[in-house]
Amino acid sequence: MSEKKTERRDFLFTATAAVGAVGVGATVWPMIDQMNPDASVKALASTEVDVSSMNPGKTITVLWRGKPVFIRRRTPEEIDEARAVKLDDLKHPEKDEDRAKNPEWLVMLGVCTHLGCVPLDQKGDYNGWFCPCHGSHYDISGRIRKGPAPTNMEIPKYEFVNANTIKIG
Amino acid sequence: MSDHEYTPKSNFGKWFNDRLPLLTLANHLTDYPTPKNLNYWWTFGGILTFCLVTQIVTGLVLAMHYIAHADMAFDSVEHIMRDVNYGWLIRYIHANGASMFFLAVYIHIFRSLFYGSYKAPREIIWIIGIIIYLLMMAAAFMGYVLPWGQMSFWGATVITNLFSAIPLVGEGIVTWLWGGYSVDNPTLTRFFTLHYLIPFLILGLVVLHIWALHVPGNNNPIGIDVKKPSKDTVPFHPYIVIKDAFALLMFMIVFAFFVFYTPNILGHADNYIEANPLVTPAHIVPEWYLLPFYAILRSVPDKLMGVIAMLSAIFILAALPWLDTSKIRSAVFRPLYRQFYWILVADVLILGYVGAMPAEGLYLLIARVATTYYFLHFLVILPILGFKERTLPVPLSITEPVLGGSSNLAAARDDSRLEKLK
Repeated sequence: MSEKKTERRDFLFTATAAVGAVGVGATVWPMIDQMNPDASVKALASTEVDVSSMNPGKTITVLWRGKPVFIRRRTPEEIDEARAVKLDDLKHPEKDEDRAKNPEWLVMLGVCTHLGCVPLDQKGDYNGWFCPCHGSHYDISGRIRKGPAPTNMEIPKYEFVNANTIKIG
Repeated sequence: MSDHEYTPKSNFGKWFNDRLPLLTLANHLTDYPTPKNLNYWWTFGGILTFCLVTQIVTGLVLAMHYIAHADMAFDSVEHIMRDVNYGWLIRYIHANGASMFFLAVYIHIFRSLFYGSYKAPREIIWIIGIIIYLLMMAAAFMGYVLPWGQMSFWGATVITNLFSAIPLVGEGIVTWLWGGYSVDNPTLTRFFTLHYLIPFLILGLVVLHIWALHVPGNNNPIGIDVKKPSKDTVPFHPYIVIKDAFALLMFMIVFAFFVFYTPNILGHADNYIEANPLVTPAHIVPEWYLLPFYAILRSVPDKLMGVIAMLSAIFILAALPWLDTSKIRSAVFRPLYRQFYWILVADVLILGYVGAMPAEGLYLLIARVATTYYFLHFLVILPILGFKERTLPVPLSITEPVLGGSSNLAAARDDSRLEKLK
């Protein structure tokens, strides 16, 4: 091999490889993306819930995007309890004020952030939720207090359409 | 090996074999020289082939009646059980067949661990085996989802959520796996497709596994290199074929016992309740053959680290040929390794037991100790043992200690211990 010179052939190799890579990418991507949520799944993105019949201390579970959403109308004691917790005691520090804009209503995804089980209502060491799968304890604000879950239960996007109706999503 | 000299007797055979040497292959498989001291632990390769074929045949038939749809899957399985002619039998063979497959593969793996079958020059056989084992776990997991019972649904939820532990892209990957925002119909249909595909991938890998085996030939209970063919070998057919067939019959008795007498004992009662995304069963457990890894997952208090520990527990096996530094293959000549081997067996059984128990109190403590020991065995004990252990003298051939032509009495004694192992 003597002095290496860029020739027309080198240019052709590079150009062929580049076009080939783009072609392969463009072919493979639809094969991968077809597994993502389709239009019919995305269309079911919001749910409206009538909460007029709920008394304080009651939790209902509704299905949103195939996942359970807990809606709890909290008692004044529970609100006090949730707001009295110091942020230093929390694994994933979040103020209750940020989680429940209207303190009486806690709306959150009923999905344990560990591996996705549905926690049980009014169980566990912190008077909130308890996940039976791997033993995560959540408080009355749905914040992780003990166990393997890394974060608090998620708060979905929701709004009060009127005094009696919550729209999730 | 006499492969190259082989010529078929008939003219047609010659004509065909010149164009496609299938007869040469058949001849190789028949004459294949096999160490004459193989014991019954060596019959599980044949048993596993039987298991794979059984799963493919019964699975093919079940797929003719099963409907992969979230609204219909559960009912279609009950339809198979109640209406389809012999549907109950075929489904029970398929469901228990998975357990039998894993029972056989665990014996097969622990056979390799005892006799050092993973060591040079058989590393590639071993690694292909580990890949087959991983695919088996994937196939078994997805198959368990198909009846769409409560354990199917929540097992699928928990296992797919393992991927959410990956930083940044984890949630996106889980949504992609699900094809939605939770385990639902798109998940079921793709799992069915993959469950159908994987056994054929395994079949291809089994061919490579056997091909790689036929290059150096079988290991054997005393773990020495054998000259082939020689006094130390016998042809595969009829000697090994008959032995394998007899062991397979014994295995089929166990298999039939489960199918006909306790077809549901290895399953979980909750899976006869249709999947309900609003209620998690009080106690989620995987199938028995995944319990040790499940115990490792739960013994680590951090989500990402738990997932890493569980996966490492499997992948560490692939590195075994290099972690075990001992030049001696068989545990027969390794007095210390033999003891650590049995401790490891006990450790894995303990992990399996605590994996089935709630993750709290004493169970959690035991799981943590056992998990630590599991990694200690592979990462610390095995590498050091290769240098420190005083191994026993190894005979030069399989025949030597038996004929007494050797002054190596220690080797002869070891051979008598071998007899007991059989």
